[in-house]
Amino acid sequence: MSVEFDQKIHSTLADANLQLAIYTATGRLKEKRIEAVAPDVLPDYQELRTQANALKKHAIENLDYYLEEFERNVVAHGGKVVYCKDATEVADFVLGLAKEKDARLIVKSKSMTTEEVDLNERLEHHGLESVETDLGEYILQLAHEKPYHIVAPALHKTRYDVAEIFEKRLNVPNEVVIEKQTAIARAVLREKFLEADIGISGANFLVADSGAVVIIENEGNARLTTTAPKVHIAVAGIEKVIPRAQDVATFLKLLARSATGQLLSVYSSFLSGPRRPGEIDGPEEFYVVLVDNGRTKLLPDKGKRQSLYCIRCGACLNTCPVYRKIGGHSFPWVYSGPIGAIITPQFMGVTHEPALPFASSLCGACGEVCPVKIDIPKVLLDLRSDVKKTEAREKQNRLERLAYKVFAWVMTHPRIYEFAGRLAASVAPSGDGGWIRSVPAPMNVPPVRAWLSERDLPPPPSKSFREMWRRR
Amino acid sequence: MADVLERLGYQVDFPEDQTCCGQPAFNSGYRAEARTVARHFLKVFEKPEYIVVPSGSCTSMITHHFAEIFHKEPGTLEQVHALEKRVFEFATFLTQVAGVEDVGARMEGVVTFHDGCHGLRELGIRNAPRRLLANVRGLELREMLPAEECCGFGGTFSVKFAELSGAMARTKIEAIQKTGAQTVVSLDPSCLMQIQGALSRAGSSIRTMHLAEVLASR
Repeated sequence: MSVEFDQKIHSTLADANLQLAIYTATGRLKEKRIEAVAPDVLPDYQELRTQANALKKHAIENLDYYLEEFERNVVAHGGKVVYCKDATEVADFVLGLAKEKDARLIVKSKSMTTEEVDLNERLEHHGLESVETDLGEYILQLAHEKPYHIVAPALHKTRYDVAEIFEKRLNVPNEVVIEKQTAIARAVLREKFLEADIGISGANFLVADSGAVVIIENEGNARLTTTAPKVHIAVAGIEKVIPRAQDVATFLKLLARSATGQLLSVYSSFLSGPRRPGEIDGPEEFYVVLVDNGRTKLLPDKGKRQSLYCIRCGACLNTCPVYRKIGGHSFPWVYSGPIGAIITPQFMGVTHEPALPFASSLCGACGEVCPVKIDIPKVLLDLRSDVKKTEAREKQNRLERLAYKVFAWVMTHPRIYEFAGRLAASVAPSGDGGWIRSVPAPMNVPPVRAWLSERDLPPPPSKSFREMWRRR
Repeated sequence: MADVLERLGYQVDFPEDQTCCGQPAFNSGYRAEARTVARHFLKVFEKPEYIVVPSGSCTSMITHHFAEIFHKEPGTLEQVHALEKRVFEFATFLTQVAGVEDVGARMEGVVTFHDGCHGLRELGIRNAPRRLLANVRGLELREMLPAEECCGFGGTFSVKFAELSGAMARTKIEAIQKTGAQTVVSLDPSCLMQIQGALSRAGSSIRTMHLAEVLASR
């Protein structure tokens, strides 16, 4: 485990206020999801999951076909499609276009894909102003932080935190009433929308048969981002493509319920191309940037490519007992929680943070709530195996590898197994009728020490099960 | 467990060559070692009519993951599929195979039940242990909220991420303490070790018991 990962976990666990903020916010989202998918509210929930899984599976297995169909339809509506293999290509495209349009100000609506490629930082580096317009994202941009959560980026911030951030960064009086904070942000952002030269959005779905970009949101900021400026750029991962417009219905029934417990989000926008003659609003130019950034590496693996089915609802984060303790910033990349633990090693390589797939008790709560039925625990197990194969190849972690060889040998030699049990019982402290709080130095090996740092150990039994069985 | 099964008229054997199902190696990414141990399991348990396992997690390793680790060995896979049908988690065996919900047990006191994750989510065990507990004379079952949240054990996770695992255990025992129960019951010895270890460290007098221990009480 990297020192950074270890320390972030430790500091998050040690911060009582942060612990309460994460646990309360995720708990609320978790409960609302449960209510929204309850059998009396959504009787066909499990069928919808199966259907959504089948649709995603089909789309990913025929990705080339649907991307080409999508592109043809975008072009037919007067839009343009740009393929980018990595972060640099995305930034280069946007910078090139900004230069061509003599753009200074960019407004952005929520997009995890742009976080993935550090787009804001890259644009700002070249002197462009890029403003996040989703309230949570805006708060974090002012605080110079990355999203804490896929859906609720500022989930870890209390209204008192927000009051301080606004006071410091916007020179406004300290305001702790949420509605008034929203009004402050709204006043600033409205001006930005009106002045912006380019609007950059993400995309929830790319519909192949109609060339439409579908954006689901609650604040209306994505509508303004995609319609007020003269140029709209939608940035999306290639896995967002789905075959038909009618398929959107299946996902809409699942997305908001899984994400926030809403039956439907406030705004569902279907954007296909620039403003047409006679239309009163919409951008003059419409671009869709399709980002690979590691995604195609997943395609050959039949087992693990289901990671690309994700619709970024965040339900797995809210239900995950690990995320609810270590929060979003402990994770080594922009994607956190169970989905982050499976896509980060695949997009960035398993050596990026080799401990990540192991930071799970494999409780399976994530797989249970996933609206597209990604078997997250299975992918975690596959990744663990990948990490160990890499370590063996690189000749790392030899002691652990040896330990598992010994484990396998002992477990296939029952007499040795029994003897090892007796030996451990004979040298372990008795516990004096209770559980053991410490062990003598020779037994205090790292795993025992780690266990005892948090919990007591059971005292050795006076007789082993085998002995009792033989005397029956 | 053997007592309960014998009372129901089953002849119980304990093959002394048995050791482990191999899950620790499998969950830690050491598939070859897991296969070695699983092969030993297949050999030891080739004959019996039913194999009753006092753990949801071990049961799931055998019935769900053996097939996965041997997917490239058709011969072994055949053996695995033949085995899968005969392997049952203890509570499931009682309610589904033996067809019993009242084993004639008696235990005074208030208990709460902890759902082990693999039993709950991989095997779908939710009602069987609760129905068995409901029929224990003198026993009152009080549900903790939430019963289905992980205790934080997770095998080697408990020592690789000790501080995090400990924090998860403390959340679990808070839920247990709120019920006012004196005893926590579960199907998995590993969850019970985690929960009892955390309870003991917190100085609590609440004790843990395996479902089999409760059902064997008279």
